[in-house]
Amino acid sequence: MADSGSAAAFTRRDLLKIIALSGGGLALGWVWPARAETNETPAPSRFEPNAWISLHADGRIQLRLARAEMGQGVMTSLTMLLAEELEAGLDQIRIEPAPIDPAYTNHLLGEQATGGGTSTRDGWETLREAGALARTLMIAAAARTWGVPESECRAHRAQVHHADGTRRLGYGELAITAASLPVPTSVVLKDKSDWTLIGTSQRRLDTPLKVRGAARFGLDVRLPGMLHATIARCPVIGAEIRGWNGQAAREVPGVIDVFAVRHGIAVVAETSWAALAGHARLEIDCRPRVNTAVATERLRSRLHIGLNGRAPVALREGDVSRALAAAALEIESVYEVPFQAHACMEPMNCTADVRPDGCDIHVPTQSPAATQELAQRLTGLPPERIRVHTTFLGGGHGRRRELDFVHDAVELSHRLVRPVQVIWTRADDIQHDYYRPMTLHRLRGGLDAAGEPVAWFHRVVGPSVLARRDPGRIRDGIDPLMIDGAASLPYRFAHRRLEYRRADTPVPIGLWRGDGHSHNAFATECFLDELARAGGRDPLALRRNLLADSPVHLALLDRLAEHWAAPVPDGQGRGLALVEAAGSRLALMVEISVDEGRVRARRFVAVLDCGQVVNPDAVRAQIESGIVFGLTATLKGAITFSDGRVEQTGFGDYPLLRFDEMPEIESILIDSDAPPGGVSPIATPAVAPAVANALLALLGRPFRTLPIRL
Amino acid sequence: MIHFTLNGEPQALALDPATPLLWVLRDHLGLTGTKYGCGEGACGACVVQLDGEPVKSCSTPLSAVEGRSVQTIEGLSPDGRHPLQLAWVLEEVPQCGYCQSGQIMTAAALLARYPRPTDAQIDAAMSEVLCRCGSYARIRRAIHRAATPEVQGG
Repeated sequence: MADSGSAAAFTRRDLLKIIALSGGGLALGWVWPARAETNETPAPSRFEPNAWISLHADGRIQLRLARAEMGQGVMTSLTMLLAEELEAGLDQIRIEPAPIDPAYTNHLLGEQATGGGTSTRDGWETLREAGALARTLMIAAAARTWGVPESECRAHRAQVHHADGTRRLGYGELAITAASLPVPTSVVLKDKSDWTLIGTSQRRLDTPLKVRGAARFGLDVRLPGMLHATIARCPVIGAEIRGWNGQAAREVPGVIDVFAVRHGIAVVAETSWAALAGHARLEIDCRPRVNTAVATERLRSRLHIGLNGRAPVALREGDVSRALAAAALEIESVYEVPFQAHACMEPMNCTADVRPDGCDIHVPTQSPAATQELAQRLTGLPPERIRVHTTFLGGGHGRRRELDFVHDAVELSHRLVRPVQVIWTRADDIQHDYYRPMTLHRLRGGLDAAGEPVAWFHRVVGPSVLARRDPGRIRDGIDPLMIDGAASLPYRFAHRRLEYRRADTPVPIGLWRGDGHSHNAFATECFLDELARAGGRDPLALRRNLLADSPVHLALLDRLAEHWAAPVPDGQGRGLALVEAAGSRLALMVEISVDEGRVRARRFVAVLDCGQVVNPDAVRAQIESGIVFGLTATLKGAITFSDGRVEQTGFGDYPLLRFDEMPEIESILIDSDAPPGGVSPIATPAVAPAVANALLALLGRPFRTLPIRL
Repeated sequence: MIHFTLNGEPQALALDPATPLLWVLRDHLGLTGTKYGCGEGACGACVVQLDGEPVKSCSTPLSAVEGRSVQTIEGLSPDGRHPLQLAWVLEEVPQCGYCQSGQIMTAAALLARYPRPTDAQIDAAMSEVLCRCGSYARIRRAIHRAATPEVQGG
């Protein structure tokens, strides 16, 4: 790790290259071992795209943004990392989407992708080093030009100034000289005390576009000659389309053709509206027509079987069985977490233009590299001919790590030899998701005579997300994603055992904001409150005891303590939960009331330690966002199944939290010099247990099933 | 032929009068600022103003705008400096941003009706538009800010 103010070796790259730009100037690129071995040196005039920054002789400074902007603010926070070290203003940097290149691999995800609160963590060193290197070169170029020592030169707002106060040169003027200089083997990162951007609230760079309706999302892509298409999928899980009648669809003005594709029946039209209207008039016949095995009750029963019998052990400390037998009091609870959809506001979509000589894909995706690989497989084109243009994402939440919508568009464009935009209806989106998996949790805890927890047993039962996405990561029957948070539980118990019993179902499942934390935190944080209650302990005090060896966690609880100690408003309940995920820690307190038989979250206090904060207001926005996402999953609906079909079709039966249900949220950010942690996934998992714990406090009975029903 | 005014300019369109206004805007007029979220009037991402009233354009047939005035996010201000847009920037409202055109057009209709709206009036108007990113608290602050010129500058 590069400490501030110290010389940073280029840890992740074998070779850093300076590439001369054809128009004058330089680009900085990282070259990976595989590439370096080819010993391929780009011609000086060639524009080399595997660069984060390009400094042009005309003064333009370009950052290639290789992460998807889906609301979490990476466009701004990653630019801040670069600008801080480059000594340029955010207003002086142009941002363009990066192409697919190993240089842009997200090392925390193992591919060029965005998700799981990894972007800032992954870019923390890379982008600052890129900026620092460019600044170093600019200063060296100015010093050489003026014939003065580098120590007399200083960079500020994309200019190098000489200490005599009379001379200055812009980065554009220095770019050509800088491009001919040798690459430094190390650079010095700025000391934290010299930062002017990192740690300060900077206006998001995408806001001006978004308040004018000018931000281009996937559905806003318009290409010459573009057709629009919808695809009707078989609504029964595990069934196939055996027959279909497209007559009525064909009669819709603007509909060009109706035909079968890999994932269903496509309606291709001149306009989006015709494609949607045709979709609504399609009749499709699936066989089998019902799949009685996929019904919520049956799935629950299947998971219940996994609560008993043997299961692979993910973690074992001490001897839980003996400790439970010896405990003064043993309690046991079973928790249930349902399937949940992502319900991104922008329905799934993709626009593809497949030509004999190449392919352009315009798509709101979290996984551009995988998008390119899929297109390669479908079209047979070489990867360098397949360009992926990532648009703004109208929400991601893990859904846009999938490629089903990409498949739709590439297949259609390949077949029709025209640009095609595929649009999913809201019902398609809700009914054909890769859902947050349903899980059951059995917890057992033992208290000693003083009411102190001494033994902790947790069995997670549910389908494996990685079985489809990344089966190589499953070891000894344990899907690490399914035990996220449960394995790394920060509390100290003398005896602890964690088991995972895989129980796959036919329901498609995938990544969802917070991933495994979203189910495990509900079980573990609720059970802690049940233990506290059984032992006559205060929930915060109990956690303090179990975290006695962990100052970082204690610091969170200390900050929350004054809020926790304040009188609870009349008629309300107060609960808390603690979550550690993506390198960050959050203590979340909520106050709830029950009005007319409905739970209402009134106020949250969030204490977050996410290491070094890059853009404080954006971090607060992510806390707010994560809380609202979590509240919807806690208090609103769930995805349920009957006869093989998803029972929900839209926002009527899969409601989202509304404006008038918005709680008050106070966010407290802990000062820290540690490298940044991820923020987008952290709040969501804490909401359900905090609310359930508040209800336990208010009503005196536990709520062990989500969504919460009184 | 359907005649109406769009963002101050006269329009005459020979389209199926049943075509939802949303798709007239997006498919035929190239105005993609108004968003498709559900197509059934449940999310409000498609809200535009019709004679100053907020309407869900996905559920408004073209025939309903005959002789009337439609305003979309693109027509709210020539330069993005409508008080609501300025307030939206100052309060850092948008995250993913997909619903924000609908939010802003709904808020603009609210302010036209109640220049200093109460929280209850804001609740009633804004609960028609969903935001998956949870920008609601910031929207409320931005509406109050836009309604209070003395604090507009932040």
